[in-house]
Amino acid sequence: MNKIKSLDDLRKMKQNLENGMNIREKSNSPESLVQIRVAMATCGIASGARAVMNTLIERIEKDKIPAVVTQGGCMGYCYAEPTVEVKVPGKDPVVFGYVDSKVAIDIIEKYVLQGELLEGIIPVNYQTINDKK
Amino acid sequence: MSHYKMHLLVCGGTGCRASESEKITENLNAEIKKLGLENEAQVVVTGCFGFCEKGPIVKIVPDNTFYTQVKPEDCAEIVSEHVLKGRKVSRLLYEDPETQKHVEDSKHMGFYQKQIRIALRNCGFIDPENIDEYIARDGYAALGNILTEMSPQQAIDIMKKSGLRGRGGGGFPTGLKWEIASSNKADQKYVVCNADEGDPGAFMDRSILEGDPHSVIEAMAICGYCIGANKGIVYIRAEYPLAIKRLKIAARQARVYGLLGNDVLGTGFSFDIELRYGAGAFVCGEETALIKSMEGLRGEPTVKPPFPAEKGYLGKPTNVNNVETYANVPAIFLKGPEWFASIGTEKSKGTKVFALAGKINNVGLIEVPMGITLREVIFEIGGGIKDGKKFKAVQTGGPSGGCLTEKHLDTPIDFDNLIAAGSMMGSGGMIVMDEDDCMVSVAKFYLEFTVEESCGKCAPCRIGNKRLHEILEKICNGKGTEADIEYLKNLSKVIKDTALCGLGQTSPNPVLSTIEHFLDEYKAHVTERICPAGQCKALKLYTIIPEKCTGCTACTRACPVGAISGEKRQPHIIDVDKCIRCGACYDKCKFTAIHVQ
Ligand SMILES: Cc1cc2nc3c(=O)[nH]c(=O)nc-3n(C[C@H](O)[C@H](O)[C@H](O)COP(=O)(O)O)c2cc1C
Ligand code: SF4
Ligand code: SF4
Ligand code: SF4
Ligand code: FES
Repeated sequence: MNKIKSLDDLRKMKQNLENGMNIREKSNSPESLVQIRVAMATCGIASGARAVMNTLIERIEKDKIPAVVTQGGCMGYCYAEPTVEVKVPGKDPVVFGYVDSKVAIDIIEKYVLQGELLEGIIPVNYQTINDKK
Repeated sequence: MSHYKMHLLVCGGTGCRASESEKITENLNAEIKKLGLENEAQVVVTGCFGFCEKGPIVKIVPDNTFYTQVKPEDCAEIVSEHVLKGRKVSRLLYEDPETQKHVEDSKHMGFYQKQIRIALRNCGFIDPENIDEYIARDGYAALGNILTEMSPQQAIDIMKKSGLRGRGGGGFPTGLKWEIASSNKADQKYVVCNADEGDPGAFMDRSILEGDPHSVIEAMAICGYCIGANKGIVYIRAEYPLAIKRLKIAARQARVYGLLGNDVLGTGFSFDIELRYGAGAFVCGEETALIKSMEGLRGEPTVKPPFPAEKGYLGKPTNVNNVETYANVPAIFLKGPEWFASIGTEKSKGTKVFALAGKINNVGLIEVPMGITLREVIFEIGGGIKDGKKFKAVQTGGPSGGCLTEKHLDTPIDFDNLIAAGSMMGSGGMIVMDEDDCMVSVAKFYLEFTVEESCGKCAPCRIGNKRLHEILEKICNGKGTEADIEYLKNLSKVIKDTALCGLGQTSPNPVLSTIEHFLDEYKAHVTERICPAGQCKALKLYTIIPEKCTGCTACTRACPVGAISGEKRQPHIIDVDKCIRCGACYDKCKFTAIHVQ
């Protein structure tokens, strides 16, 4: 370890370190962030959900996009796994099916950042699924 | 660099370590390795979450899953289910005491919803043994900014503007205290952190030092710059080994980084801290006694003035602040005094940490904005009274405080309102009592403590408190009279007016406040000789339930004073005036016909 020689050094150091704390910081205020949930139950994992999750996390960290990625259990759309649910603050949640790394990038760049709707949205409203449970 | 998708925060506070949280950390790491998830999930040991009663705690972020009472055996399931498959382990989730439903994440726990965490901002959030995590959260940035961009007076002005008042009990404005210490000229000055924490039941200072030691070190350095001191001393009770260890680690790391020592951040400012250990005497928390104790003398208070800010440690100007007071300081500079002053009431700004205990569902350490009501604290954060019993009172301020009752439930809690209600903030103990608690016994408990802790230097406290205690004992034993109540009041006033230090000046408060709010209960003890709460053994009222009594006469024969009479096979009667409440009849009756109140 080296001495920090000035306030500037300290600030630089902070910038390098803050990434490591990112997911904790984000957990403090999830409601103000885009919440992305990847279905990770056995069906999801079998169809590559883990890779999708990593792609999403890397893409978000790269541009410091105000979004938080969590994993959820099976959402009940096993036929369309991997599925990803995206909840933009103030909007209804949307579920994407058959997500691969390419679609994952599209979800971030087109849907989250631009608000464009994509193909692959599962045409069932989230609430009805919840009601069915 | 690995992109963790999940952090598993394991509580490493004293409470949770006592129930094997270290083993949990070990097991979680082993399970993660076993499933090859090292690059996805990171285990972090943090400070206290404040929910010690339900510990050990494991919190998973970013989904804020809050697992309680985790056992080392649970780790395999947590990793294989939650970390790998995203399925929460329901049986470990916190259960809402009212709805008895499992709560999915900490954001929906009543315990956390009304809390605002400033002093505890990093507790249960960062690894206290890793300075990098503190720096990542803007740690030492306040110190850096002040050293590079502000004069001491400018920094003091910010402190004054924030409205921060001392959290050690007295509530003296911190900025003003620093200004006084700063204006006293001397070749050497000292910054002291009071970590004696003697109030029974309070553990906020320990939790802060265990969970976020750097915030206190940074604040002491800021104070050093403001008042012109290059030496800091933390006076900490020796019974806090974990806090001591973390404080030492933190100081060492800060030195290596050049954040303590000579020429901090290349600004020419020098500051370092050392630790002094207290033996755990309550009176040594009083600042003048604390200074005496640091000088190697008996921990006895001295007359003020002179105040420590003029003549303190080794006769030099010394600024004494409490741990929690310091923990607020870096946040004030980072977020601005206006932000801090926007929280709280007109004269009490910011938050206060309370140790919530007693007959309440959620026991723990909470940080709430000043001005919150007791009702919110007890029924929302605390989840209500245990076992559906009725709320009776809250004792605040420990041995120096008093109790608040039903009529204070909607009073905003701040320094001044508590004093107006006959209690005080103290260090933040908050003990909730229900209908089964006897208020005379409560007063007696605190007096027992003060008698034990009085240093004996002055007569009012040494002798007076002993008398108070004797009379309370007498009342609890059913031998009190109405005149005793008057006597308690008068003696209390004399002690308050004549004792030398804060200990004696406040020790009668529990007596006065219980007499004020529960006079009927005192009266019941001395006139009817009953303890309405049924706590005082000597005052139990024994009666026979006629419907249940078979007239077997067993009790008559057992009674040593012949207080029971009645015809064979007819309901018997106890003569209340003759009864000495020995309980013999109760033990003898086979028909549960004897009722004890
Ligand atoms: C009997 C007695 C015990 C005290 N114990 C403590 C204590 O344990 N911790 C503490 O910070 N202050 C304690 N105080 C208050 C200190 O004297 C002093 O006011 C305080 O440390 C100042 O810091 P603050 O302005 O930040 O509150 C005690 C006071 C009295 C009279
Ligand atoms: S009031 Fe009590 S503790 Fe304080 S100096 Fe007198 S005897 Fe000692
Ligand atoms: S022992 Fe019980 S049942 Fe028998 S006379 Fe006494 S009160 Fe009645
Ligand atoms: S409590 Fe003791 S003294 Fe009172 S009636 Fe029962 S046996 Fe007799
Ligand atoms: S020690 Fe673990 S929650 Fe307090």
